[in-house]
Amino acid sequence: MKFVAVSSCPTGIAHTYMAAEALEQAGRAAGHEVVVETQGAAGSTPLDPAVIAAADGVIYAADLEVRDKERFAGKPFVDVGVKKAVHDAPGVLAAAIAAVEAGVPAATSAAVHTPSPATKVDRNASVGTRVRQWLMTGVSYMIPFVAAGGILIALGFMLAGIAWDGGNGAVEVTKIPVTDLVSNFDPTSLQQWSAVLFQTGALAFGFLVPVLSGFIAYAIADRPGLVPGFVGGAASVAVGAGFLGGLVTGFVAGGLAWWISRWNVPKGVRGVMPVVVTPLLSSLLVGIITLVVIGRPIAAAMDHLSDWLNGLSGNNLVLLGALLGAMMGFDLGGPVNKVAYTFAVTGLATEGLTADANQYKIMAAVMAAGMVAPLAMALATTVRKSLFTHAERENGKAAWLLGASFISEGAIPFAAADPWRVIVSSVVGSSVAGAVSMAFGAGLRAPHGGIWVLPLISNFWGFLVAVLVGMVISCAIVIALKSARPSAVVQAEQAADAQLAAAVATAA
Amino acid sequence: MSTPLITADLVAVDLAAADRDDATRHLIGLLAAAGRVTDADGFHADVRAREAQMATGMPGGIGLPHARSEHVTAPSLAIGRLTQGVDWGAPDGPATLVFLIAAPATGEGDHLQILAALARRLVHESFTTSLREAPDAATVAEIVTREVVPS
Repeated sequence: MKFVAVSSCPTGIAHTYMAAEALEQAGRAAGHEVVVETQGAAGSTPLDPAVIAAADGVIYAADLEVRDKERFAGKPFVDVGVKKAVHDAPGVLAAAIAAVEAGVPAATSAAVHTPSPATKVDRNASVGTRVRQWLMTGVSYMIPFVAAGGILIALGFMLAGIAWDGGNGAVEVTKIPVTDLVSNFDPTSLQQWSAVLFQTGALAFGFLVPVLSGFIAYAIADRPGLVPGFVGGAASVAVGAGFLGGLVTGFVAGGLAWWISRWNVPKGVRGVMPVVVTPLLSSLLVGIITLVVIGRPIAAAMDHLSDWLNGLSGNNLVLLGALLGAMMGFDLGGPVNKVAYTFAVTGLATEGLTADANQYKIMAAVMAAGMVAPLAMALATTVRKSLFTHAERENGKAAWLLGASFISEGAIPFAAADPWRVIVSSVVGSSVAGAVSMAFGAGLRAPHGGIWVLPLISNFWGFLVAVLVGMVISCAIVIALKSARPSAVVQAEQAADAQLAAAVATAA
Repeated sequence: MSTPLITADLVAVDLAAADRDDATRHLIGLLAAAGRVTDADGFHADVRAREAQMATGMPGGIGLPHARSEHVTAPSLAIGRLTQGVDWGAPDGPATLVFLIAAPATGEGDHLQILAALARRLVHESFTTSLREAPDAATVAEIVTREVVPS
């Protein structure tokens, strides 16, 4: 973790610096970064704003009023006094880590935000920064769910490939219902084990959008935001709005909870506000907005898209592949993706298909396209590390496996953090993959599975080429777009890294 | 650096002191003799005032009396190794190694960097241990001069 700290003492010549040294030392020993601003008599160099931005938490080891405290607003903190930091820096650090893990938001954050900034420009800039921070909070909590769920599903597919003969294990494994596992689990059956992996992963995936939405709302409104945020995310899933819907519900829920928790209510009601009234009202409002206002147009649009696709069938296959590919890459499991996917899967169920039926080619194009986004992000984080946050780079490693397994959701953390650049690159690359797959006439008889169903793919060299071409194109576009305007979050992180490196070099 | 932070005559390696005040008083005497403190009583009062705010004893048997005072002419350090520990308000027992830090009241920033560097070194056990184990006053002063360099 990364911490910033402020130390000060009455005389400003001894404890201020001892505390700083002890905290930095404790940080190094425990593998965390601690950058200290010593507000002492020997002058104080203000912390680099980038370092503050990148910090997970703040340590106040100060016996005097902390100068410019509003710089640290909104971050979890511990306030221990200077002596404690000198005597027991590792303990103070541990408390700070606990505060960050508990996500204890600064009680003063709301109060500090209220005074309106002097100029309009400032106001816009700070709102932009805050929106990005809210978004990143949601994404950072979602990433472990993507990795854990996605890898479990992929492992389930992998194991299923061994457990079933004939190469269609990845298909069969999804047909074993949970009730079956509960009532007659057989520990000697590889098939059952693969189903356990798959179902557990699928359950973890069920949390993606609620966690994204819930923690965006939490970042906006603190604790009161959690309930409406999670409920809104789940509602977004229920109406098929996917992660883009989850972004919307996160911001709506956070805004509502923030607003309601600031109502001026009679003293008697105040006690039950955070536990009952705020979660209840904000959840209800988010539910109404999502189910009634957002749900219907999405359902209608999905129906129209489906009808339109069905009308297109039989026309130019390469164009159809490009179109389906673009849809697959657009919202990564959201409504548009789902229409394309359902269109392909429904086709598979047609009676009496010949071996080279168009339906198989459509399925292959859809799967090739759906593998592109996570693979492209994995490739981009490998070849251009500097364009991505630490969390994204970690997620990039998991994305290789997720992409190879046709789990498009592996790219959601990237898309949620930087929607338009990632979605543009994903749409183009996926579209190319769909078209190339069609051009090669690759066919697929399984509805999912990625590389784990390769035996079920006809002309699978053509299929692989399609995936690789799409991946490289998508990767090149996202690198170009991100290079043109680097993200502030990434820059802040790198500034912090550089400062740390310099500090380490000086110390050595 | 016109005046070094410490010299051998500011170190008392076998200091017999009855209590905190006595030890402090003795170290102030060394500073006064070296011309770094103009008014020993005045400076002692400043140190006492600081000590009254919050005892400066540290874990590991260290006392750290200090003050910024108008009676101080240059940032200075006097070190006393006590033959018998005296209570310095530390939670884990009496102090046997005492650092008296004297800072001039006027002068900001760069001037006091040396004291900041000293404070940072004090946190390192290897530093204080080497001072405890040094054979004589000259070696103590030499270790401080070598290790305490303003960043």
